[in-house]
Amino acid sequence: MYEVIVVGGGHAGCEAALACARKGHKTLLVTGNIKNIADMPCNPSIGGSAKGIVVREIDALGGEMGRNADKSLLQIKMLNSAKGPAVQALRAQADKITYPKNMLKTLESTSNLEIRETLVEDLIVEDNKIKGVVLEDGEKISCTSVILTTGTYLKADILIGDTRTRQGPHGERPSNHLSDKLREYGFDIIRLKTGTPQRIDKNSIDFSKTQVENGDSCYHTFSFDNEIYYKAEDQVPCHLIYTQPETHQIIRDNLNKSSMYGGLNDIKGVGPRYCPSIEDKIVRFADKERHQLFLEPESLYYDDIYIQGFSTSMPKDVQEKMVHSLPGLENAKILKYAYAIEYDAIDSKQLKQSLETKVVENLYTAGQINGTSGYEEAACQGLIAGINASLKLEGKEPLILKRNEAYIGVLIDDLVTKGIIDPYRLLTSRAEYRLLLRHDNADMRLREYGYQVGLVPEEKYHKFLEKKKKIEEVIDILKNTKITPVADTQEYLSTIPTTPLKDGITLYDLLKRPEVSFSHIKHFIDLDTSSEIEEQVTVSIKYEGYIAKANKEALKMVDLDNKKIPADINYDAIHNLASEAKQKLKKIMPTSIGQALRISGVNPADISLIMVYLKKEYHHESK
Amino acid sequence: MEDTIAAISTALGVGAISIIRISGGEAIEIVSKIWSGKDLSTVPSHTIHYGFIKDGEEKIDEVLVSIMKAPKTFTKEDVIEINSHGGIATTNRVLELLLTNGCRLAEPGEFTKRAFLNGRIDLIEAEGVMDLISAKTDKSRSLALSQMTGNVSSMIHDLRKRLVSIISNIEVNIDYPEYEDIEVVTIENIKENIAYIQAEIKRILSRSETGSIIKEGIKTAIVGKPNVGKSSILNRLLEEEKAIVTDIAGTTRDIVEGDIAIDGILLHMIDTAGIRKTEDIVENIGVQKSLEWIKKADLVLYVFNNNEIITEEEKELLEKVTEKPSIIIVNKTDLEPKLELPNVDIPVIYMSALENKGVEELRNEIKKLFHLEEIEQNDYTYLSSARSISLLKQCLQAVESVIEGVSQELPIDMIEIDLKNIWNLLGEIIGETYSNELIDEMFSRFCLGK
Repeated sequence: MYEVIVVGGGHAGCEAALACARKGHKTLLVTGNIKNIADMPCNPSIGGSAKGIVVREIDALGGEMGRNADKSLLQIKMLNSAKGPAVQALRAQADKITYPKNMLKTLESTSNLEIRETLVEDLIVEDNKIKGVVLEDGEKISCTSVILTTGTYLKADILIGDTRTRQGPHGERPSNHLSDKLREYGFDIIRLKTGTPQRIDKNSIDFSKTQVENGDSCYHTFSFDNEIYYKAEDQVPCHLIYTQPETHQIIRDNLNKSSMYGGLNDIKGVGPRYCPSIEDKIVRFADKERHQLFLEPESLYYDDIYIQGFSTSMPKDVQEKMVHSLPGLENAKILKYAYAIEYDAIDSKQLKQSLETKVVENLYTAGQINGTSGYEEAACQGLIAGINASLKLEGKEPLILKRNEAYIGVLIDDLVTKGIIDPYRLLTSRAEYRLLLRHDNADMRLREYGYQVGLVPEEKYHKFLEKKKKIEEVIDILKNTKITPVADTQEYLSTIPTTPLKDGITLYDLLKRPEVSFSHIKHFIDLDTSSEIEEQVTVSIKYEGYIAKANKEALKMVDLDNKKIPADINYDAIHNLASEAKQKLKKIMPTSIGQALRISGVNPADISLIMVYLKKEYHHESK
Repeated sequence: MEDTIAAISTALGVGAISIIRISGGEAIEIVSKIWSGKDLSTVPSHTIHYGFIKDGEEKIDEVLVSIMKAPKTFTKEDVIEINSHGGIATTNRVLELLLTNGCRLAEPGEFTKRAFLNGRIDLIEAEGVMDLISAKTDKSRSLALSQMTGNVSSMIHDLRKRLVSIISNIEVNIDYPEYEDIEVVTIENIKENIAYIQAEIKRILSRSETGSIIKEGIKTAIVGKPNVGKSSILNRLLEEEKAIVTDIAGTTRDIVEGDIAIDGILLHMIDTAGIRKTEDIVENIGVQKSLEWIKKADLVLYVFNNNEIITEEEKELLEKVTEKPSIIIVNKTDLEPKLELPNVDIPVIYMSALENKGVEELRNEIKKLFHLEEIEQNDYTYLSSARSISLLKQCLQAVESVIEGVSQELPIDMIEIDLKNIWNLLGEIIGETYSNELIDEMFSRFCLGK
């Protein structure tokens, strides 16, 4: 008898299993193949715009992805470093051998956690409550909670040209029955599609025809542990190339052979807009002369190079021609062909904010089964599902992050409130308050929660409290230290250069000047600060006005989110409610007025009606 | 915290005192920004104060202000009522000022809704509140749409298109920084665009027809050939006006020659003196003169004589008239009907200025044409134009913030916060809230992906 069974050992499954086990719950992780634990079946990178911030958030909450990535780096850089603080994010190339190996090591050394290599083909559900799982050989294992993190493995079909093969990534066995069972239990099943490009033998590429893309020379870590496992000078470069006119001609000439353009006529899956195949790009952006492609190393331990930007479902012979038309790849040896993959997912509107399903109690889902795409998106959901399954076992309220607290909150709220049409990727533009959701302050936002749920150990929590205190102290000192227009000062200011002083000014106000940085401030005062603290202090002073504005806006939303809608509300009893709104409200069952307002098709007048109705019917409860 | 809301809570009648009601936690703070008089933050609750409403240094109106502090108020929040007696234009100006300084225009029925939610109104009234909300929302929605003339809304659409194209480009720069051949938005790009946007918003503000109707009245031309009774119709309308005005106690407003109020909205008659003169001396004013008037007018009243056969000149003019909101008045119904009107899509009113018939019908038709009947008389008047104007002014504030950011060379993604703000505000004006617009734009315009 287990407390929690996690089905699937990908990025979501690992975080979910670790969270439950670390919180002291007896946990079983079931995976089809132990070799594929924390596998990266697509690009060899962790992080990126918005996603990199999610990895920081996972770390702040006590999850594993950040630490594991730090241990497995091939290359790392800060994206958007020339832009504002709100949009900077880390992206790393992670070693596809080391990353899973390190994760497996962590899982195996975690107490309360067992791993079993088998497939789950059914659930045991009694009175809409989960009781356990049924394995492919019919064996039943009982438990209190189940977390499904099945990735792309539900009825997975690999599509190449005119062939459809029922298998998961790397030719793994898919789950053939679980999605049918889920449908029987009341889930709406949708079909999605994604794809991956070719892998090329490193030794067959002429890198002299490519442009080198190095990692940063300064050190970075995803984790707030700040432990460095790599040497900056040993980072492995990526390479940039461009598609050629010939490439485009080959694709146009063979377009009808692509699975998506006529090769197969039974495609139901909806592909991701943010990640089109190369044939999509050439059709949709016909006047674009060339497309960027990145050659990314997958590992130090084997020779595969991933061609980022070249995903396709063309037949193998066409892929050969396409690849050989690329500069430096004239004689390239394709180790793995590109493919598209179709898979089943559930309608994410059937989830609660806690990631527990509304359909079956104590059943949670996370990752691609919820319609998202991306390792980071999966991992953060796994973590939240793990935390919330545990909290429920402990009889506690779930952890629900708000849109102004974390990208994780934005992602989950989007999933459960708006639902998805194509595979969902996080983008900075999805966050209304991205100035608050920065790379640098993920710990300030979330460490406290991580500590409260029991995933951040005492010692790390104290380190965090000290950092927080230090930041406040430094800001205080800057506010209370004045410099005056004496000759020395004016002389120094002219070297920055910045306008000389007319009157005395606090260092706080001096730092507000766009051209003044923290290092200039240090000329006037002796401060013992780490670069982390300087960054926090600088951002909060320089952008004070914008941050205050964002906070004010966010407060309005929080206020609406705090106005709860009882689960037993009867929307049919509310007169005058627009029928489209009624239908959506009944399906999504928002838990707060704020969430209801974010449902497309629900307008402010509908919200007013709900509020009046709640006051009338739940008079004694509200306020 | 709830927004602080404001609305004109009395009917907008000429001469009558208008009350602007403000409710919410920031009521006192916001009013203080536009108030010259006693310090409102220190005066006792439930007191009335004399002073001025000011826009910067400019005095807008001499007013009485009632301060009612929570919780013993209609909404159980801080409530301020500004008693303004400066007529429609001034009242609207005061409302605009409040909105620009941080109030939100109250939704239909929102004061009542707050009163109810805060436990001020008892449960039995709840159904009534709900009916009120849905009824008034439908009305205000159609009102908002009809008041937004095609011209203004297409200008706003164009501006939003321009904005979304810059914003999505910035977003793509942020989300796909490694894509080198995607154009990078620079401070220079923003400078160019924001100057254009600023000029356009100013142009929209000045051209906002809805605003000018409220502020300046509806410019009305009375046309028709000599001796059809233009002058007597004008006199009828004016007479009624005088009667109404003199009946109201406390009227302080002078009647301007040729101004007529129809339920609070001014009709400003073009060249009243000219009409009288030409009618008196029975001079043919000619098609040319009429065309000039029609060109200037927001509303054309085209008068025909019931007793005469239609002339070629009249038919010619009728074609021009159809381009404007217009009403055909068939006068002299007391005489034998000889007129046969061609089939045009213009409302027709039968009138006898002599017997004083049809005046009420004409007033109703004008109200219908400009949706004035939907501006409710006895509840919280919902004026979408004041709302639009205040939103446009907020846009201008955000534009200034962009210009400031540009001059300080702030990072583009910070400046973008204000660009997005402008885009959202413009969207609010034309009722566009499609939240996926930006992401759709990103992926349809830029080629991205693995």
